[in-house]
Amino acid sequence: MAAIIAIDQRNARVGMLAILGALAMLGLGYASVPLYRLFCQVTGFGGTTQRASESDADAAARIAQSAGGRTISIRFDANTASDLPWTFRPAQPTDTVQIGIRDLTTYVARNDSSVPITGTATFNVEPEQAGRYFNKIQCFCFTEQTLKPGQQVSMPVLYYIDPAALEDERMKGVDQITLSYTFHRVKEQGSQPTG
Amino acid sequence: MATTAKGLDAHHDAHAHAEHHGADHKPGFFARWFMSTNHKDIGTLYLIFAIFAGIIGGAISGIMRAELAQPGIQVLGTWVQLMGGDSASMDANYHLWNVFITAHGLIMVFFMVMPAIIGGFGNWFVPLMIGAPDMAFPRMNNISFWLTVAGFCSLLFSLFVPGGTGMGAGVGWTVYAPLSTSGSTGPAVDFAIFSLHLAGAGSILGATNFITTIFNMRAPGMTLHKMPLFVWSVLVTAFLLLLALPVLAAAITMLLTDRNFGTTFYDPSGGGDPVLYQHLFWFFGHPEVYIMILPGFGIISQIVATFSRKPVFGYLGMAYAMVAIGVVGFIVWAHHMYTTGLDVNTKMYFTAATMVIAVPTGVKIFSWIATMWGGSIEFKSPMVWALGFIFLFTIGGVTGVYLANGGIDDAVHDTYFVVAHFHYVLSMGAVFALFAGFYYWFPKMSGKMHSELLAHLHFWGFFIGVNVIFFPQHFLGLDGMPRRIPDYTPAYGYWNEVSTIGYYIMAASMLLFFANVAYAFLAGRKAADNYWGEGATTLEWTLSSPPPFHQYETLPVIEDHHDYHDHRPEKA
Repeated sequence: MAAIIAIDQRNARVGMLAILGALAMLGLGYASVPLYRLFCQVTGFGGTTQRASESDADAAARIAQSAGGRTISIRFDANTASDLPWTFRPAQPTDTVQIGIRDLTTYVARNDSSVPITGTATFNVEPEQAGRYFNKIQCFCFTEQTLKPGQQVSMPVLYYIDPAALEDERMKGVDQITLSYTFHRVKEQGSQPTG
Repeated sequence: MATTAKGLDAHHDAHAHAEHHGADHKPGFFARWFMSTNHKDIGTLYLIFAIFAGIIGGAISGIMRAELAQPGIQVLGTWVQLMGGDSASMDANYHLWNVFITAHGLIMVFFMVMPAIIGGFGNWFVPLMIGAPDMAFPRMNNISFWLTVAGFCSLLFSLFVPGGTGMGAGVGWTVYAPLSTSGSTGPAVDFAIFSLHLAGAGSILGATNFITTIFNMRAPGMTLHKMPLFVWSVLVTAFLLLLALPVLAAAITMLLTDRNFGTTFYDPSGGGDPVLYQHLFWFFGHPEVYIMILPGFGIISQIVATFSRKPVFGYLGMAYAMVAIGVVGFIVWAHHMYTTGLDVNTKMYFTAATMVIAVPTGVKIFSWIATMWGGSIEFKSPMVWALGFIFLFTIGGVTGVYLANGGIDDAVHDTYFVVAHFHYVLSMGAVFALFAGFYYWFPKMSGKMHSELLAHLHFWGFFIGVNVIFFPQHFLGLDGMPRRIPDYTPAYGYWNEVSTIGYYIMAASMLLFFANVAYAFLAGRKAADNYWGEGATTLEWTLSSPPPFHQYETLPVIEDHHDYHDHRPEKA
């Protein structure tokens, strides 16, 4: 009889361990959401851009001065989700900037509908390996913009290209970087998205 | 034979006596089959359930093959009308097609192959092979089964509720966002997702049960390195289930909340990413394909050894090859996602890692061949199915190595080449293993011999049928025919017609299978304890056919001198 109790206890222990393992994997499944975001931010995976402060930018500018002032072409791209009746475009389609030096560009958005609409933008860069070198000091990413009917706004983006890009093997041959924004309608509004 | 039987009698004296007194006392019908805690009864339930689900899933593929026999839409309209839709609407036709491919995939993966190979054969033979009286948690075993049934009901129910463009969930077995979120309104997709939750929960509990049983309940002397390879395969599979399914559960729960509660895990407008869903799905999905095939590897190992009358070649290599396949299976998932914009270095890694899996798989194929080499081979029905498995699985494996290349996959992804590949490894790999196991163990489970003639005819019909179905699909795929479409340019007509003829051949052979089962129950000879003779050396052959309701009241003892393979008690 003692042996039978022992096997029951051992079974319960192994069974609980197995269930714990399954729960841990369940937790990992959920943890993958912030981990994936972190992974993208750190590695620039999927063309995720970097955030930088003014002092980072100053440091980059100093390095860039010593690196000899290579330039790179930046193309600006703007899209709107199909359910967002806005006109959204860059003020200028391309720009040539010196690597390491701050550049200011502007996007323009206008609400073409007859109701106020709130939108929010997502962004990335192409080619993907440029993501970790594309530093934005200031931009309208992920701040919600509410536009009244017919209202037009200009939205600045202050950015620089990290001079470290010059030393990256994978950036060889990259002479143009595309910065792309897509405006989406913010969901928690009365009207249902129709897309 | 005579000496074996004598040896068995000697061994079983002690508990043969006990059996007369109550070991075979079975509960009443309802309690026995609906509240079952007996691993053999639950295994039987799983097998019946899997056959039933297989008929439905197979019938759906029949409708799909009939539609694909010619270019244009001929068959779908009838079914649209049957389900209360407007057959003149092309969208309704296309949606129903998506519903069919979704149902076929989900049923065959979650409600046919998995219940049959893990729930059915695993439940029946893991305890018998390791000398255990039952599973570690018999009641949980019952819950696992009924959760699977409930999942199946939820999936069937989803066919009859609105799914956006029409009735049913038309999202593919992968349930990719955003098609499954903003692309499909209506409750059908919710029911399909819930069905996966239920089936997944059942499988996780089942996996816990197998792990505990195999670690704790082996007979004295049955060390891990003496376990039959089928038990090894189920152990590895249980670990894969335990680690992969919760990730699927998390992924599809996030789908549910995205659909119903306004979260944006996979919605870029809220900062989510649909590609994240694909990563999570395939982190589950790739181990899932090994979950379906590894127990098949185990079954084939038992059968090849039995009918070659030789111990399996390279036992430890075989066991650890399965462990290696299981481990590496977790780090290759993105080879399903080559076209989602991975950079070239990531593709390079996933290509290399995927190809590495061919090494342990090759170890297994060569070891099966080496087991047969110089053996005294008998071409009984399980053996011909096993040989069919080795041959066809290898073809599927070779196209797998081809598809593993990120560069080539860019050209053939989502074409019929991929369809041909995974049907060679699943509907010919896993399913041939299922039939091999069925003919191998059916007389042990039922106590009745099937007809060898019918089993051989079934084999040849099925073998020719599935090859005629799927081999031409390689050509279609290389010619660029996309998968998941009901209509196509007439240029693809010829091989599609051939493929559909193959389906009819396969379906006809299935009639022989059911005839054979009916024959066995109505007129089959009574099966002896060890009807395959000398080569069958695992513990289930020391029991009667069918085994007593409760077996091993006196635990069998595996002595030191027993090797990896031969667990039979010493001959008198």
